[in-house]
Amino acid sequence: MTPRSGRRSQRLSRAVQLAFLIAVLALWYLATARWGVSHLLLPNPTSVLAELEDVLASGEFMGDLRVTLTELAAAFAIAALGGVSLGYVVSRSPYSVRVIEPLLAGMYSIPIILFLPLYVLFFGLGPASKIALGATIGFFPVALNTIAGFGYVDRIYVVAARSMGASGFQLFRWVLLPAALPVILTGLRMGFIVALLSILGSETIASLAGLGHRIVHLAEAMETARMFAYIAFVVAIAAALNFLVTVLEARGRR
Amino acid sequence: MTAPDAAVHVRNVSHQFGEEGEVHHVRALADTSLDIARGELLCLIGPSGCGKSTLLNVMGGLLLPTAGTVHVGDVPVRGPLPREIAFVFQENALFPWSTVMENVVLGMVFQGVPRTEREARARRSLEAVGLADFTGHYPGQLSGGMRQRAALARALSLQTGILLMDEPFGALDEQTRMILGEDLSVLLARTEKTIVFVTHSLGEAVFLADRVAVFSARPGTIKEIIAVDEPHPRRPEFVTSAKFHALRNRLYTLLHDEIRKAVSQSASGGGAPDQRP
Repeated sequence: MTPRSGRRSQRLSRAVQLAFLIAVLALWYLATARWGVSHLLLPNPTSVLAELEDVLASGEFMGDLRVTLTELAAAFAIAALGGVSLGYVVSRSPYSVRVIEPLLAGMYSIPIILFLPLYVLFFGLGPASKIALGATIGFFPVALNTIAGFGYVDRIYVVAARSMGASGFQLFRWVLLPAALPVILTGLRMGFIVALLSILGSETIASLAGLGHRIVHLAEAMETARMFAYIAFVVAIAAALNFLVTVLEARGRR
Repeated sequence: MTAPDAAVHVRNVSHQFGEEGEVHHVRALADTSLDIARGELLCLIGPSGCGKSTLLNVMGGLLLPTAGTVHVGDVPVRGPLPREIAFVFQENALFPWSTVMENVVLGMVFQGVPRTEREARARRSLEAVGLADFTGHYPGQLSGGMRQRAALARALSLQTGILLMDEPFGALDEQTRMILGEDLSVLLARTEKTIVFVTHSLGEAVFLADRVAVFSARPGTIKEIIAVDEPHPRRPEFVTSAKFHALRNRLYTLLHDEIRKAVSQSASGGGAPDQRP
């Protein structure tokens, strides 16, 4: 494909994507304004926009945002630290990789969110249970990718470094770590995203505060338009965080 | 047959991968003895899986032999000797996450060269291999031939007396290989290095070597050693000379039967072992 036709087809796909979004908004508007869908089930997009402006202008979201982001930061820190350390230790011997990696992969495939009631029993309704759950769920991709990253470093790099006299620490610092880093960074990004999703999810199920809690609270109060405004807000926050970690990952890879 | 001034003494070295009776059991090298004179370039040539790379790794201390000893000077080899021995591997032994310059400097970091000397030494060896303008490139941005030049620069910068090269041009095309061989001959004629060079190529062996050690099929041992009496640096005309062809034909005859044997071995199931240490 020539660069010119590549650019043209890219512009075309952007146009199709935009048209899709406009069509969804138009359908949404028609459903509420013309087809008589109840405002309790589906509020008018213009009233959602008005609510969103109010939410942003009043700064009402700050408390819940702070709770959710604090939970996320704590959960991710625990997941990253635990996942990288355990992953590194496991990767040091082929035997432990053979035993522990399938175990972790199996546990990762369990929907851990099902254990939320247990987490609430252990850690209460407050942020602690969200942090614990987010840390658990975020831990697995970090640990698995750390094992993969350190476990499959091409032997020739290790042999070459040894032949030049690299010490154990030098081997780690200059060979194993840079070789494993791209895979570990991908694991950290995945861990961050699943921690965020599980924290938002658990806030909607059982919590005292946080953005997920706020959304459910508004739903129960039948303030659907404001609920939609908060959903849009959370989507924007999640997209921004996703963008941020993707950029950080790409920078770390270089 | 002990030569007192030899740089490397190989005495009755045997090596097997895996234990007897195991599926992966391979007798790679059988009772091999060899003296490598100071400053000579010795080529090891033989069929695939004959143990020539194994011997190289044993000499460099990357692999402990099942039996026998290797001495570098008076020192028995029991592990890598980074101050005495540098390696050039077949390919992809440069760290892809570091630039060419960083790769060369890193070798000296490992070897323990003082910080103040590293950069200048790296620059000199990169100039010597013709990569002065590519110090900031990553290995992935270089051609295969240039990567091997960089790997050679990394080995040269370590300023060891001995250079062990494991099919360094094995993955390159014929023409790149020819040019690199010529440049290597010029470059090495200026140094006093002792070099052991593993190759599959008959022409490369004759062109570069002072002596060529021909291996038998597995379990490999040295079948015959042929001297190439021709001063360094070798000129391109040497390749078209009658002497070159006579030596190459001699090698061909010696190798032909062994290669047949090796092929029938691998056809009957026992493939060449992974000879990386």
